[in-house]
Amino acid sequence: MIFFFLSSGLFLGWSLGANDAANVFGSAVGTRMVSFKKAAIIASIFVILGAVIQGAGATHTLGKLGTVTALGGSFTVALAAAVTVYWMTKFKIPVSTSQAIVGAIIGWNFFVGSSTDVKVLGKIVSTWVMGPILGAIFAILLYYLQNLFFKVVKIHLLKQDAYIRFSLLLVGAFGSYSLGANNIANVMGVFVSAAPDSYLDFGLFRLNGVQQLFLLGGIAIAVGIFTYSKRVMDTVGNGLMQLSSKSAIITVLANSMVLFVFSSTTLSNFFVSIGLPPIPLVPVSSSQVIVGAILGLGLLKGGYNINYKMLGSIAAGWVATPFVAGILSFIALFFISNVFLIPVSSKSVVKKQEPKIIKIDSSQIKSKNEAEDTSDTLLKTKKILN
Amino acid sequence: MFFKKTKTTIRDIDEFLDTVDQGILVFKEGVKSYLNEDNESFQKNLENLYQLEAKADKKVLRIQNEFFEHSLIPQYSAEVVKLLDSLDDIIDTAKENLYQYDVEIPFIPKKLKDDFLKLLDVSCSAAEAAIPAVRSFFNNPSSVKDNEHRVYFYEKETDGLAADLKRKIFKETKHLKLSQKIHLRYFTLHIEQISDKAEYSARILSALAIKTKD
Repeated sequence: MIFFFLSSGLFLGWSLGANDAANVFGSAVGTRMVSFKKAAIIASIFVILGAVIQGAGATHTLGKLGTVTALGGSFTVALAAAVTVYWMTKFKIPVSTSQAIVGAIIGWNFFVGSSTDVKVLGKIVSTWVMGPILGAIFAILLYYLQNLFFKVVKIHLLKQDAYIRFSLLLVGAFGSYSLGANNIANVMGVFVSAAPDSYLDFGLFRLNGVQQLFLLGGIAIAVGIFTYSKRVMDTVGNGLMQLSSKSAIITVLANSMVLFVFSSTTLSNFFVSIGLPPIPLVPVSSSQVIVGAILGLGLLKGGYNINYKMLGSIAAGWVATPFVAGILSFIALFFISNVFLIPVSSKSVVKKQEPKIIKIDSSQIKSKNEAEDTSDTLLKTKKILN
Repeated sequence: MFFKKTKTTIRDIDEFLDTVDQGILVFKEGVKSYLNEDNESFQKNLENLYQLEAKADKKVLRIQNEFFEHSLIPQYSAEVVKLLDSLDDIIDTAKENLYQYDVEIPFIPKKLKDDFLKLLDVSCSAAEAAIPAVRSFFNNPSSVKDNEHRVYFYEKETDGLAADLKRKIFKETKHLKLSQKIHLRYFTLHIEQISDKAEYSARILSALAIKTKD
């Protein structure tokens, strides 16, 4: 049964690979600085490495809003998010996987009647607005820095091209590693409890149960990158605005820097130590940051090159993603729990187990009829559970 | 890996530009030796120009292959190749024109010799100015403007001189037959073509400089 439940996580991994690899290599592939094949190979290798080596320490977006307390629920929530991301990918729209998961979790909250932490929700939603703005600000700053650098240092155009190409590969590899390390929790995090206890020995190294699970998730992401990420890469690299190779490296760097700044406790502590306010450590979506960075560069150049139609589609996609994921999650949960009778939350499990923990004390039962009714309920519940 | 390919292409581009530059100089010397009726020097220059043109052709083809095979400056590669092709056109035209002198042996009256020499100098100056402009595009794109304006200047000057010379040929050389006059006009056009080709390169360069300005 675990393999069946795992399938939705793998589907989410595939969707994540198909959509989020564009944040790392979209500008490089879109500007033809790196071939798609090369980008896909590097991204796949480093995503898997990141997932296996550092995946265990990743933050779990799934647990921020509410903890999905049953495997059936996790399966459905992941499935709803995966379908939403896949759907957006089909329309070549770069979306945030976290957005889809948040929407799906809220759908679960609604379905099981669990309350949504409005404070946490507000914080997460604010990052959906802040992400693109920060991306734009960082890109503009980097643009000025880059211009200053090339004014001072005269490098042959072909050498510049080689340096930028090399940097794009390097940053891309690093970004892919981070993607695997951070996002594997979204993909496989909910299945950790079901990880095998055994070790897988490869001779030079061996993987524990969780790492095996993350390896599987990493492979799913890699398959997504290879089979379906080119469409979103084209949107990020060319669809929104024609990028030059110099702009490509700016957007990728802006993306990495925003993600780094808003997830680095060391930097935040350093700010405090020099008497500055701490940096708010919030989860920022790389899809939104990269789009914001491209937009920032476009606006800096007068905004003539921006494809506003595409921008509208992306913005609509961002608004729609959590809602679509939430509604899908709610509907899917209804079917899973009512049609397939699979418990989707611990509440529903507890409800059905209630009769099990009732200690029937015949002395407390006032009449024989009442005792017969209770044992009937017990029998029915047992049948349902079995 | 990237840097090795890049170094080879940079070297090839430099050598190509040197070859075109030398070709222009040799063309100039060739026409001068024809006007001075120094046939030995003319033949030497013609032979030299043939070799330089062949070398430039080979180089430009190699650079094209390097650009497309290794996807160098992918967004501008087509324009860069077009630019180098246009420079190759200058040396091609120079060779073709000098060859015409050898084949058709135009009669140039002594009183027009200085006009032809002046036209040759100014027209070749336009082509010569295009070379540093292209070099500056690769080394420091922001300085392209400082170099390319010379090309436009010399091209305009050439147009004026060529118009004057043609007028002179048809109005002041009454002793020449119409066929000879037409023949001279034809050779005036040959020399004028060099600056026209240089101007075409400069236009491609201007567009490229704007495109790469980020």
